[in-house]
Amino acid sequence: MLEIEIDGKTLTVPGGSTVMDAANSVGVHIPHFCYHKKLSIAANCRMCLVQVEKAPKPLPACATPVTDGMKVYTHSDMAVKAQKGVMEFLLINHPLDCPICDQGGECNLQDLAVGYGQSGSRYQEEKRVVVNKDLGPLVSTDMTRCIHCSRCVRFTEEIAGFQELGMGGRGEFTEVLPFIGKTVNSEISGNIIDLCPVGALTSKPFRYSARTWELSRRKSVAAHDGLGSNLVVQVKDHKIKRVLPLENEAINECWLSDRDRFSYEALNSDERLTKPLIKQGGVWQEADWQTALEYVANGLKSVVADHGADSVAGVANQAATLEELFLFKKLLAGVGVHNVESRLRVTDPVATKGVQWLGQSIADLAQNNAVLVVGSTLRKDQPLIAQRLRQGVKRGLALSIVNSHGDDLLTKLAGEVVTRPDQLVEGVLAVLKAAVELKGATAPANIDLVGVEVTAAAKQVAESLIGKESTSVLLGNLAMQNARASELYAATAALAEVVGAKLGVLSDAANSVGAQLLGFQGAGNVFAQPKKAYVLLNAEADFDTANGAEAVAALEKAEMVVVMSPFQSCAFDYADVILPVSPFSETSGTFVNMEGLPQSFNGVVRPLGETRPAWKVFRVLGNLLGLENFHYNSSEEIRDEILAAGIDGKLDNAPAAAVTVKAQAASGLVRLAEVPAYQVDAITRRATSLQATADAQVAGQLRANAATLASLGVAAGDQVRVSQGGEALLVAVEDKKLADQVLRVPLASPATRNLGAGVITVTKA
Amino acid sequence: MTVYVKGVVFEGVDFDDPNSWKLDAYVKRGGYAALKKIIENKITQDEIIAEMKASSLRGRGGAGFPTGLKWSFMPRSFPGQKYLVCNTDEGEPGTFKDLDIMVNNPHALIEGMIIGGYAMGITVGYNYIHGEVFEAYERFEEALEEARAAGFLGDKILGSDFCFQLHGHHGYGAYICGEETALLESLEGKKGQPRFKPPFPASYGLYGKPTTINNTETFASVPYIIREGGQKFLELGKPNNGGTKLFSVSGHVNRPGNYEVPLGLPFSELLEMCGGMRDGKKLKAVIPGGSSAPVLPADIMMQCTMDYDSIAKAGSMLGSGAVIVMDESVCMVKALERLSYFYHEESCGQCTPCREGTGWLYRVVHRIEHGLGRPEDLDLLLSVGGNIAGRTICALGDAAVMPVQGMLKHFRAEFEHHIQHKSCLVPGF
Repeated sequence: MLEIEIDGKTLTVPGGSTVMDAANSVGVHIPHFCYHKKLSIAANCRMCLVQVEKAPKPLPACATPVTDGMKVYTHSDMAVKAQKGVMEFLLINHPLDCPICDQGGECNLQDLAVGYGQSGSRYQEEKRVVVNKDLGPLVSTDMTRCIHCSRCVRFTEEIAGFQELGMGGRGEFTEVLPFIGKTVNSEISGNIIDLCPVGALTSKPFRYSARTWELSRRKSVAAHDGLGSNLVVQVKDHKIKRVLPLENEAINECWLSDRDRFSYEALNSDERLTKPLIKQGGVWQEADWQTALEYVANGLKSVVADHGADSVAGVANQAATLEELFLFKKLLAGVGVHNVESRLRVTDPVATKGVQWLGQSIADLAQNNAVLVVGSTLRKDQPLIAQRLRQGVKRGLALSIVNSHGDDLLTKLAGEVVTRPDQLVEGVLAVLKAAVELKGATAPANIDLVGVEVTAAAKQVAESLIGKESTSVLLGNLAMQNARASELYAATAALAEVVGAKLGVLSDAANSVGAQLLGFQGAGNVFAQPKKAYVLLNAEADFDTANGAEAVAALEKAEMVVVMSPFQSCAFDYADVILPVSPFSETSGTFVNMEGLPQSFNGVVRPLGETRPAWKVFRVLGNLLGLENFHYNSSEEIRDEILAAGIDGKLDNAPAAAVTVKAQAASGLVRLAEVPAYQVDAITRRATSLQATADAQVAGQLRANAATLASLGVAAGDQVRVSQGGEALLVAVEDKKLADQVLRVPLASPATRNLGAGVITVTKA
Repeated sequence: MTVYVKGVVFEGVDFDDPNSWKLDAYVKRGGYAALKKIIENKITQDEIIAEMKASSLRGRGGAGFPTGLKWSFMPRSFPGQKYLVCNTDEGEPGTFKDLDIMVNNPHALIEGMIIGGYAMGITVGYNYIHGEVFEAYERFEEALEEARAAGFLGDKILGSDFCFQLHGHHGYGAYICGEETALLESLEGKKGQPRFKPPFPASYGLYGKPTTINNTETFASVPYIIREGGQKFLELGKPNNGGTKLFSVSGHVNRPGNYEVPLGLPFSELLEMCGGMRDGKKLKAVIPGGSSAPVLPADIMMQCTMDYDSIAKAGSMLGSGAVIVMDESVCMVKALERLSYFYHEESCGQCTPCREGTGWLYRVVHRIEHGLGRPEDLDLLLSVGGNIAGRTICALGDAAVMPVQGMLKHFRAEFEHHIQHKSCLVPGF
């Protein structure tokens, strides 16, 4: 520990601290622009110059290490003169366009200019003008305002993993630019807007739509992945104008994925439903809630009476809140229905002793010495988990993957095994066998390693996991949604056991853990054998299921389909009643994230039109059906009832039974069906700016390696007709890091909604 | 024209012989004897560094830091790779000495670097050569081949266990890459921008490894010091200013060129060697150490001796030894405009005061030169300069300000005349 005096206050700080760290720890504010606690030190803005005793010149607080006995003066004449000098330089070429700048009112330069600037300028020469850059549909630029702090450049390189922005030019002509003709395509690119201390980088969807001081700030929780990022939702006139991260070091740190930041656009979209709708004589009619709910109650009762309780199924998206799912299940149980399912994209459900979760806290994840990720499009499915692991790798974490594609994680990998999707099990078995051989251990009895070939790549992965103090093996969406998920899980669990790793599951949706806690599952694929009646909560059958064509066909045959959703959709074709229910932004509720943490939130805006929170809809339905214990006054009351027994004891990733695993051979064309980043749920799919990004384009693509494309007689760029049950028209794109004969054809995409399961063929269109 | 007077760096070089730079000629005039002496007599690293300290050799790149001391900073027991780097990114206006060394006596540099590598336990060296010189780069590569073929360079040098690999690296011509940490960035393949110090290169240098960086002339002086002894080198100059120094004399003299003379030589004698003032005109001012050094008027300069201490006492610096001589026909406003333009053009743009301030300085001087000056401009220049100097990541900010301060200190009247009369005090401008 070192002793330091700052403005007369004596304190002790750990060795290696900077003057800035020390000042922050005692609440002394030193003005700064380029310094950011999560980024490397650049010391280029020079705003944090302070006086240090015995130093002849003022020193930058951000980059000056504390030495024992150091005396620092942050507001002495020397310090303030230096700070004011820097402020003058920053302002001479900065445009005086605050009245039309989106950053106005929340601008670091504006704020600090109040304290360190002059009322007039001594600079009488011409000001600099810088050409704007096209960074894509999310980030708007006004580069003349740039003060060259390089935070955005350092973010793309250090946090996002790939330097999509750089400093071009020299001297006065220095400017921030992307690669020529390229945009910024990172899945976490929106953070550069928050980082920019001036109005050079602002939000494109938000541009000119409100001033910061007009906005109310309301806390919420992100709804599009299992992380549960904390949000500040900014609202004006009962409309969401902007979403920013709420700092929570244990979950999202100070970052937010683009999906969580920009999906709000859908919440204000024209596709929102505002009134309950009933189909009468084939025509959709608006109805009042009373009529619609009575229709639903009576319909449910009569289907159960006519066909039995097994003829009804309740289907929910895992992004529904804990309270909604709880009442949904309770309501159906009240009429005797127990067919409920939320794992809609899972074809081979994995049985575990308890609720599947991360197996550790999010914060602990990157503290592991080694992590193996099995079956995940990690950067797109879990953008901030990928970011955390990237930071872990910098500290020495050995990250390896067994996956069905070789998408670049933008970090150093200790090992990489890429297989066909139907050979992912064999990929894990190869690593397991290598680990067994390396450790001289034996594999569990249910795993047959005979005939498994240990490749060099598998051995490398195994080596990275062995002999480490703390390791984890995680399963992602591509693993849990794999056709052989049970075997894959068993093999991965065995691997974790052999190498002494924690086993974890990267939750797919915002409330996957909550849905399991409530047991909102077990019915399996309720569309395979059509039911007489379905109730769908926030689930769009054509996109949110593993086999959309099959689901839609089953719904079309049903006698009664109740759809509860905030949005218009193809439910008009198959539903009988459509109830407009609140998205997460318009209801109070709770999500349980992948580490088992329940996070409750309030509605940030009032429900649109006659939209109602789903938990209230279920409560009224319960009352209409005369069910007991449906008199809840608040969502908190429901939550407290659910969580009374606690969560921790229910989390357990251990396999429920020993599934037999044996290596199989596979050949021929195989589909790698994954959900594109911006097709995950009904909200994301309607977020217009996200749909314009480069990442969104994969929804219309068939990706395969060059050899596979050649064998199909297709060239990259060609339009192709894909047949699998139905047909889809896609554009062929080369993906170098796929195994032979693998066709990466998206799920949950408008282009592929007619595709089903089974044999897949491709022809040039 | 290079004039060798009492030489160390150019000892025995025959500038009229096109083969004088070659290995044979170099060995004939005593080259690689120092290296042989070290290998054969198993001279220790400590003994070499002690000899360097005794020589009082100061860095010839401009800062004048004692070389022996710098070498002693290198953590010799560091377990990983360490690097030795030669800074031949000679870009300071007025300086052209390293170019001559590279062309006329490259083996002195190579031998000096090998000895440096030996003394500090370094096995890999790079010579970063300014991007705008081609002959020097090609000559250096040829000389490296010769040295490798003769067993002076590479694996198991002269049959010993000592290995040293040396590579030439051709830069792209940015002035800022002469700043040692910007040079390292550039050498790593990145944009040449200075790093914040600390950490210094001795602990965190090339690729993050301990690195020692010296100027070309510094390295080229090493063989002499090892061969003849530090004391003898010191005695060539004067105390604290050991040895000889190359002065690149340019401007209004009859014989501009490189002059290798003992440190401590009176300026008047150096001027005489150069054949005196051109066309018999009167000496007006001298920039004694490259464009960054404050200008000194004739009367002060004629009292100076050419060494670090004397020039510093007079309020300027010896710097890289570029002596820019100006006669009475020079307009100081025009001269400053040109100098300020250079720093505005060469600022890397990384840190605020230099990026924004150098352009401001240039624009104000430009206005004054073009008859658009205002009475408050001179104080503005000093004030803006004061906000740059000492506030930047590297010394380029200070270098941009010193000419302004020097000019206004000694020639303020000329600037005032420009502002007042919108014309020049010097006839013909």
